[in-house]
Amino acid sequence: MHRLYIVPTMIINVVIVLVPALLTAALAFCNWDGISAPTFAGLDNFRALAADRVFWSALGNNMVWTLVFLTVPILMGLAAASMLLIVRRGSNFFQIVYFLPVVIATAITARVWQGMIYSPVTGIFGILKKYGMPIPNPLTQPPLALFGVATVDLWHWWGFLCVIFFAALRQVPQEQIEAARLEGATYFQMMRYVLLPGIRPTITLMMIMTVIWSFLAFDFVYIMTQGGPAFSSELLSTLAYRKAFYDLNVGQAAAAALVISLFGLVGTFFYVRIQTREGEQ
Amino acid sequence: MSLVESRLTLTVSYVLLGLFAFIALFPIALLVLNSLKPAAEIVQNPLGLPGPIRWQNFVNAWNHAKFSKTFVNSLVVSGTTIVLVCSTSSLTAYVLARKKIKSWKIFTFYLLATTTAPIQLYIFPLYFGFAKLGLINNIFGVALIYTALYSPFAVMLLRTYFIAVPKELEEAAIVDGATSWQVFWRVMLPIVSPGILTVALIIGLNSWNEFLIATTFLQKQENVTAVIAFYLLSGQYSSDWGEIMAAALIIVVPVVLLFVFMQKRFIEGMAGGSVKG
Repeated sequence: MHRLYIVPTMIINVVIVLVPALLTAALAFCNWDGISAPTFAGLDNFRALAADRVFWSALGNNMVWTLVFLTVPILMGLAAASMLLIVRRGSNFFQIVYFLPVVIATAITARVWQGMIYSPVTGIFGILKKYGMPIPNPLTQPPLALFGVATVDLWHWWGFLCVIFFAALRQVPQEQIEAARLEGATYFQMMRYVLLPGIRPTITLMMIMTVIWSFLAFDFVYIMTQGGPAFSSELLSTLAYRKAFYDLNVGQAAAAALVISLFGLVGTFFYVRIQTREGEQ
Repeated sequence: MSLVESRLTLTVSYVLLGLFAFIALFPIALLVLNSLKPAAEIVQNPLGLPGPIRWQNFVNAWNHAKFSKTFVNSLVVSGTTIVLVCSTSSLTAYVLARKKIKSWKIFTFYLLATTTAPIQLYIFPLYFGFAKLGLINNIFGVALIYTALYSPFAVMLLRTYFIAVPKELEEAAIVDGATSWQVFWRVMLPIVSPGILTVALIIGLNSWNEFLIATTFLQKQENVTAVIAFYLLSGQYSSDWGEIMAAALIIVVPVVLLFVFMQKRFIEGMAGGSVKG
């Protein structure tokens, strides 16, 4: 009887996710333009990707992206969350403000940064130029484009981590904090010996999620640079999308998707292990 | 003996928190400010206050982004997704939380894994399959994809609410002769209804804001969601940044109001779903 309860969820999930995912795995070994019948191609798609410079630079960009998101927003989130714990008064207000960028649609955030900040015509960078501080629009500079996009994603993202870390910090036993205070611990000692150890499981989980999520990043790159200029900000996700829908090379797109999933899978393994271990208690 | 932080620590903390708040609010302030100005004034100085407020931006944005149609599309997509996710996920979450079936571990494991799967892993065959079935440009098709996409998260979050319900309540109902459906519908569901509201809010927000699926599966201008209408307006149909920011503000205001009004639930749900499991 109870078996029936999970049927609707599973049917929808299998039809929309599992079956297409298995088809993707099969298509990675085929030539397919999305219209005619697919033909078996063996490892050709993977060979073509391995010979493609853009694929390797996209993979490199993904690595850089992961490293940036493993450090900057986590440090910002931890710093802000620990200070929220210190000041207490007004912490709810700050929390709401930090979370606002998270609830704004990515398409809107991307355009605001493009037009109102980076643009040399309509944005803040234009004013800076007028006052003798010419900063080039990072989105048009190959060495900077990826970081220009990452900055926007960081702005949109770090508040989420702050709120989660703050929630975890409030669970740290008050006696430990007060004992450390009585002994005259400085802010950094408090962080090092009390707060960080107290929320280590949360930090670990967020780092695992960051690795998984960083391979899913798509919206900001697709909207702001389309992977350009000259593929300098291409990620594997935008590369796969372009191959499938612009080049109609679905086989190679599927192969790239498998590569993305492979990286995600490592993170997923640890994520599922942590989550199910907790659930069993 | 004082447990209060020193004045210096407090001051430094407030300064830094204020700086972070400035970083978070500055682009949003630019959005609001420039939605009230004509394009020429924005080119002159995006930081300047508007001369006379240009309400015409909002009229233009509303008409050019076809918001009278695309807003309804967004509401229908979000509403359908909310109903589908809440109804199917509460059933599944109940079974998995109470370990009602032997294979609960496998299903939990599977759903957790799908929350981390990249969309690119399934979007290509899905798109060409939908195209064959004539489901491109169908907003209910998009709602169905969102349901598959978001229900694992909903199941995991609702599971924690079901686990928190004392077992005695369920046992008492069974002793009283309730069927298993009555136990779920009459006893469990009312208790976890706050959790269902949280899920509804977060799923609604996610489907309202979603970009990748919507831009891929909705291509006709009158079938797109409000966010995609904004994306098309800003990318193709307009270079008037006053109008573009006005369109952005129209989409953002209801979301932000809802968020500020219900922030406890939003934050609890977002944090709970990804932290606790």
